Amino acid sequence: MSDMHSTPGPREPARPGNDNGMSRRSFLRLSGGATAFAGVAALTAGLAPLRELASFTSLEKFLQKHYKEMTPREMERVLDRIAREVERQYGMRPHVRDLKPMDGVEFVYALNLSRCIGCRRCVHACVAENNQSGDPALEYIRVVKMPQGTFDLTKGEHNYEPESVPEEGYFYMPVQCQQCANPPCVKVCPVRATWQEPDGITVIDYDWCIGCRYCQAACPYFARRFNFKKPVIPKERLNPNMSYLGNRPREVGVVEKCHFCIQRTRAGRYPACLEVCPVGARKFGNVLDPESEISYILREKRVFTFILKEEQGTLPRFFYYLDK
Amino acid sequence: MARNGIPAWLVFAGRCLRAGATGDWRYYAWIGALGAVTILGLNAYANQAVAGLATTGLQDQVPWGIYIANFTFLLGIAGAAVILVIPVSMYIKRNLQDLVIFCALLAVTAIVMALAFVVVDLGRPDRFAHIFPGWVPSLRVIVLAGYLLLNLHIVVYLLYCHYRNRRPSAAFYIPFVLIAVVWAITLHTATAFLFLGLGETIFWNQAIIGPRFITAAFVAGPALLLLALQVTQWVASYDLRERALPFLRMIMLVAMVFSVFLLLNEVLRNYFRSTGQPFEIDYLYFGLNGFRPLIPWIVTAVGLNLIALIILVLPAHRSRALINVACICAVVGIWIEKAMGLVVPGFIPTPLGEIMVYTPTWNEAFIWFGIWAFGLLIFTFSLRVTIPILQGTLSIADSTPGEAGIAAPRPHFT
Repeated sequence: MSDMHSTPGPREPARPGNDNGMSRRSFLRLSGGATAFAGVAALTAGLAPLRELASFTSLEKFLQKHYKEMTPREMERVLDRIAREVERQYGMRPHVRDLKPMDGVEFVYALNLSRCIGCRRCVHACVAENNQSGDPALEYIRVVKMPQGTFDLTKGEHNYEPESVPEEGYFYMPVQCQQCANPPCVKVCPVRATWQEPDGITVIDYDWCIGCRYCQAACPYFARRFNFKKPVIPKERLNPNMSYLGNRPREVGVVEKCHFCIQRTRAGRYPACLEVCPVGARKFGNVLDPESEISYILREKRVFTFILKEEQGTLPRFFYYLDK
Repeated sequence: MARNGIPAWLVFAGRCLRAGATGDWRYYAWIGALGAVTILGLNAYANQAVAGLATTGLQDQVPWGIYIANFTFLLGIAGAAVILVIPVSMYIKRNLQDLVIFCALLAVTAIVMALAFVVVDLGRPDRFAHIFPGWVPSLRVIVLAGYLLLNLHIVVYLLYCHYRNRRPSAAFYIPFVLIAVVWAITLHTATAFLFLGLGETIFWNQAIIGPRFITAAFVAGPALLLLALQVTQWVASYDLRERALPFLRMIMLVAMVFSVFLLLNEVLRNYFRSTGQPFEIDYLYFGLNGFRPLIPWIVTAVGLNLIALIILVLPAHRSRALINVACICAVVGIWIEKAMGLVVPGFIPTPLGEIMVYTPTWNEAFIWFGIWAFGLLIFTFSLRVTIPILQGTLSIADSTPGEAGIAAPRPHFT
């Protein structure tokens, strides 16, 4: 231990009964180098798959602010970036907007269970309108086939595929985001990436979501979907009419859900699921306007109107009703 | 104080690193094995980062699995390790002060592992910084990070005092220990409330969840500590067992009795209810509509818990081999109970009445093993540094011979 003063570095601790002196020391140096080399090599090999991550994020995306904190100029730049990315990937210049809620408007949905025939056209119209991934398939609307005489959802069937619908003895209950006035998903989000807009639509900033899936665990309606894989939209199906909080293509690792077709409804159109419904079971409108159809339904069909899981206190803006 | 112009604390840090990098062949073999598993885990995580969470067994219906289960379990360990400090450092067992360091080290390791499990669970780890809104950390972050810092402070301060042969000043660590203890209970109860807050699931929304978390953690924490002490004695001839073993055993026994009692309460409550069907409990213990994927898990968990309880209750627990068996049974049993027994059944049936089967994939399992190996790596390394300091073989005395002369046996402060 004579090198103590010449080398100002720390010294290995003396271990009782294990003092082999210099030979051990030089051996350690040699084997230490070899071990370090092997370790670094193994580490490099282990991390090799990350080379494919090049397009995962960019500085521009990394520095992007939360939706509510962006200035109009910043939002313009972001919309332009999204348009460029879509063009690069799909060869089509989209029309990406950030539509704001309209004053004096609160959207409400109503669905006539007596009419629904369970054809799932709404499901497919929704997928096409909202640029949902085809592979893996991702759908916002789930239609549950229920035996007549019960509302116990555990008795329902999700993957029914008969020759033709409706089937005798069953009724059909489509479920999508209920746009709750007291939304549990918004409460649990640790990064405030999801919130309720003044017109009643609960939206997600797909560029802020960290993908923790707490909102999925909290939702009592199974309304939220997670992108477990990079979403793939067939080019010929891409809907170029896009909105930041709505149907612009999503990335892997974020949550999405029904937003009442925000890119249509905030521009004065009906949601895609409503337009496609062949039996007119779906109704939508501004509940703050007493003259609207939706106000009429909620007023006149009062006895036969209900909300799903009322006991949860989530106050859905999605009503189910029955004809007399 | 400086030697050759290098601050004493830097010399201390350098010597600690050096001590952690040296050892006999058993140490190298163990570290090498852990390193290899860690790299396998990193590789699995690289796969997941590239392909997305589709590499896991998770689905929209069961969005949380073993990552969140491990997170929950490890926060329990972190909490329990520090709560043990109350009797140790306050009044009863003054001769167990070394154990405080072990406890805090275990807590630090557990928190690092828990954080790793949160990160691998995220779909967008690149946006991890979003949990600091406007760079003001949210409450959850403060709770976690604050707890980590508190424990790091306790460990480093006590070790540095040992190293410098100084008596730790009570003002510099007792208040921190006290805060850490309160913090520990808060932290783990808050973990319980992560689940409890999801009110739609009756299975999670029960007052018993918080106490169950705490009691289970009080079994698993001391069990892990006890196993660590056994291994330490075996490889480093550093024996805390005479003093620590009876104490840890006693805590485990009491906590285990309560844990099993609360478990029975939780299950039986459902079957004494005159209305409704306890779907989640049915799914877990008996199967639902022909789906029985969780029964083997929960039977193993309850079985292991009962074996541990029986060993602890009988005089056989004084056998050092049997107490190891009890500890391993308790840790594994409680882990399964948290993962397959708490996280997964809470999602079944789904809000729309579906029954989905969650099975972890191999890639997911490799990440899980990788993080555990990494945690063991940190813990082993820190014990490798800590024990020579506690034994007095790594101290300031032998780095500055001109000053202190021959290293005198460190006076044991009480």
